[in-house]
Amino acid sequence: MTNMSSIASLSNITRSEGDPKVIHAGPSSRGVPDSLAKGLGWFSLGLGLTELLAPGRITRALGMEGKEALVRAYGVREIGSGILSLSVDKKLGLWSRVAGDGLDIATVMTALRSDNPKRDNVVVALALLLGITAVDVIDAQATTARHSRGVGRRRSYQDRSGFPRGVEASRGAARDFKTPSDLKHAPPLAAVSKRVPAA
Amino acid sequence: MRALVWHGKEDIRCDSVTDPEIEDGRDIIVKVTSCAICGSDLHLFHNLIPAMLPGDVMGHETMGEVVEAGRGLNGKVKKGDRVVVPFTIVCGECDQCKRGYFSVCQRSNRKKHLADKVFGHTTAGLFGYTHLTGGYPGGQAEYLRVPFADSTVQKVPDGIPDEKLLFLSDIFPTGWQAAVQADIQPTDTVAIWGCGPVGQMAIRSAVLLGAEQVVAIDHLPERLEMAEVGGAITINFDDENVVERLNELTEGEGPEKCIDCIGMESHVTPSMPDTVYDRAKQIFLAESDRPHVLREMIYVCRPGGLISIPGVYGGFADKIPMGAAMNKGLTFRMGQTHVQRWTADLLRRIEEEQIDPSFVITHEVPLDKGPEMYRAFRDKQDSCIKVVLKP
Repeated sequence: MTNMSSIASLSNITRSEGDPKVIHAGPSSRGVPDSLAKGLGWFSLGLGLTELLAPGRITRALGMEGKEALVRAYGVREIGSGILSLSVDKKLGLWSRVAGDGLDIATVMTALRSDNPKRDNVVVALALLLGITAVDVIDAQATTARHSRGVGRRRSYQDRSGFPRGVEASRGAARDFKTPSDLKHAPPLAAVSKRVPAA
Repeated sequence: MRALVWHGKEDIRCDSVTDPEIEDGRDIIVKVTSCAICGSDLHLFHNLIPAMLPGDVMGHETMGEVVEAGRGLNGKVKKGDRVVVPFTIVCGECDQCKRGYFSVCQRSNRKKHLADKVFGHTTAGLFGYTHLTGGYPGGQAEYLRVPFADSTVQKVPDGIPDEKLLFLSDIFPTGWQAAVQADIQPTDTVAIWGCGPVGQMAIRSAVLLGAEQVVAIDHLPERLEMAEVGGAITINFDDENVVERLNELTEGEGPEKCIDCIGMESHVTPSMPDTVYDRAKQIFLAESDRPHVLREMIYVCRPGGLISIPGVYGGFADKIPMGAAMNKGLTFRMGQTHVQRWTADLLRRIEEEQIDPSFVITHEVPLDKGPEMYRAFRDKQDSCIKVVLKP
């Protein structure tokens, strides 16, 4: 049974007959934290667009009418986090999501009033926010650890000169090389100043 | 066979794929004995260079043994030959090849129409480096088909380990060309930005060519250490101001020759605000390249000096100080490496033990460890500088 993406299969139309084509795909260089970051990035984009385009539906559902401008601003923030989480700088994106989660929780908490007729919705929203915050924190930590340089012992490259005869003996060892005429540059200043002493 | 295959951004896999087949009389099939991950593969890993497709086989630093040869080679390359495969595919017959400008071969890019549209005119076909340069499957695989084999490959003798010869495929000639096109003089100070694999080779090349001072700029301690033992004065840009230090080393005049071994992905740090600006624009697709090094080189280079660019740029770079470059009368030389122009001479220098390029290898692993080594190399883990893969 083959295991290859449909896009990889589709791209075979660009290949010649003798080019290799994928039969079975192996494990990805992208680990679980990276894949989760990608999912969270797309989630951020979706949520951000919803907040930006339909803030009224969100504020009505939570009994927070009048806060539409704030929800729109959070939408912009969410889209920024999403783009970062989908980029190579996913660590930054995930930690910005964690910070955003804190803001969201603090804001929704203000709606947890006894006189709010949508209090039940607020409780559900807070539970969801706490859940997603936990996922964000776990993934941010895992991604940071996975992509850090590590604190282990640095290797020594003291024996890596690349010159079997030593550095000093190798300085100018290739002066027999004649620069091709098409790669010649202007004469060095030192040569000119020897011919014409400075005034 | 097994091969490292690109499936998307940061998604490389060791897949089972069909074996390559001879398509033309000048083709050969090489059984790969060693291949490497190049710094420029990371640009593809990050999906910063356009026209990669899921299913593309990675890799452009490869060597091995010829196991099958087309009928049009007339014995110039034959079964059993040991060969290094340069990353540039060259016909050897067009006007550009005849003058030694192999990386802009007019005939080897089989997707010329794409390159014509994007670059204005086509450049050479490259192994494993997007469909803009032909969409040729790369050499991080057990087998590789090499087109135009008689003009593309460098035959190498038995008795020298792969590790000493493999880098004739790319990073050694690339570092060498970076230094040669700077026309290094015995009185020159040569400043080299980036102590990755190409930077290390450029440092050794500048030393061999007899520069008065070679200055290497980076911030990773292990890379700076490797640069220093190779004969360079080092500048850690986390600790020192690069422009001030270079001026200090040149009595205030600036280096005559500047070499950019970084390219489109300059390190991003708040201490260099332009790098943060570039990264932000890059994320929002408003700029494809982060040209901090170019800006710094133009600023610090001595008037009338020369800027050599082996580092790969992919598309559009912003805020290049052309006013300074123009008024200072700087010369720019850049391009993909004309590998075949230098390989025979560099092979001789390896045989004569002027240099042993294997010094740069820090990790040697089986091919199926490739996906995780892409990540380790990108994240600079375990002091990783150069990864060699053994199929």
